[in-house]
Amino acid sequence: MKRVALVTRAIDPAALIASIASTGYGAICLFAGTVRDTSDGRGVSAIDYSAYTSMAEAELEQIAAEAADRFGVTSLIVEHRIGVLSLGETSVAIAAAHAHRAPAFDCTRYVIEEIKKRVPIWKMEHYIDGTREWVDPTRAAGVTTK
Amino acid sequence: MSTVTVQLFASYAESFGGPTLDIPLKSGSTVADLLEELRSLPGASILPNSPRVAINRKFASHDQLVDAHDEIALIPPVAGG
Repeated sequence: MKRVALVTRAIDPAALIASIASTGYGAICLFAGTVRDTSDGRGVSAIDYSAYTSMAEAELEQIAAEAADRFGVTSLIVEHRIGVLSLGETSVAIAAAHAHRAPAFDCTRYVIEEIKKRVPIWKMEHYIDGTREWVDPTRAAGVTTK
Repeated sequence: MSTVTVQLFASYAESFGGPTLDIPLKSGSTVADLLEELRSLPGASILPNSPRVAINRKFASHDQLVDAHDEIALIPPVAGG
């Protein structure tokens, strides 16, 4: 099974594991990205994720295909959530299953690193002091918008 | 001349003041030509030296030709995960 999706509902990492589990696999690796309460020393209250949806899903499909080729992983589920997320909520989950652990680990790592490089998803951090800022990983600090 | 519609997202949409821009371009124009036009508009100071552009949902090189029928998007620095 291979499935990628942008979702607007809560992500359930356990459900991802359950949907790729099979007695043919000896390893399932899960990565879950969650909303942290600080960013560069500032208190975060929420993160608002947005996307260029059609291209983001196409890029995720491409990344999943590359991962299948590189690591021989064909059971892979990737979900990225869009919308306003509270502290501790899961923003992205990647589950990869394989007969052995190394390809499952490598696949999961590859997918999250590629997401961060090239999937058109953006996040606006909201801070506890009432300000907000677009996160720009190419700069030390983002653009303060108010 | 033809007009291309450029989709904007996130910080770029805020800076340029909306989700799309209509830009007149000569036929045979490239992504670099389009970017030059965009740089003359209010809000363009947000653009980095080499902004990423997507054509038909794929990242495009700056020498790629732009057609009025293409789906064109300006891609701010991505921050998924």
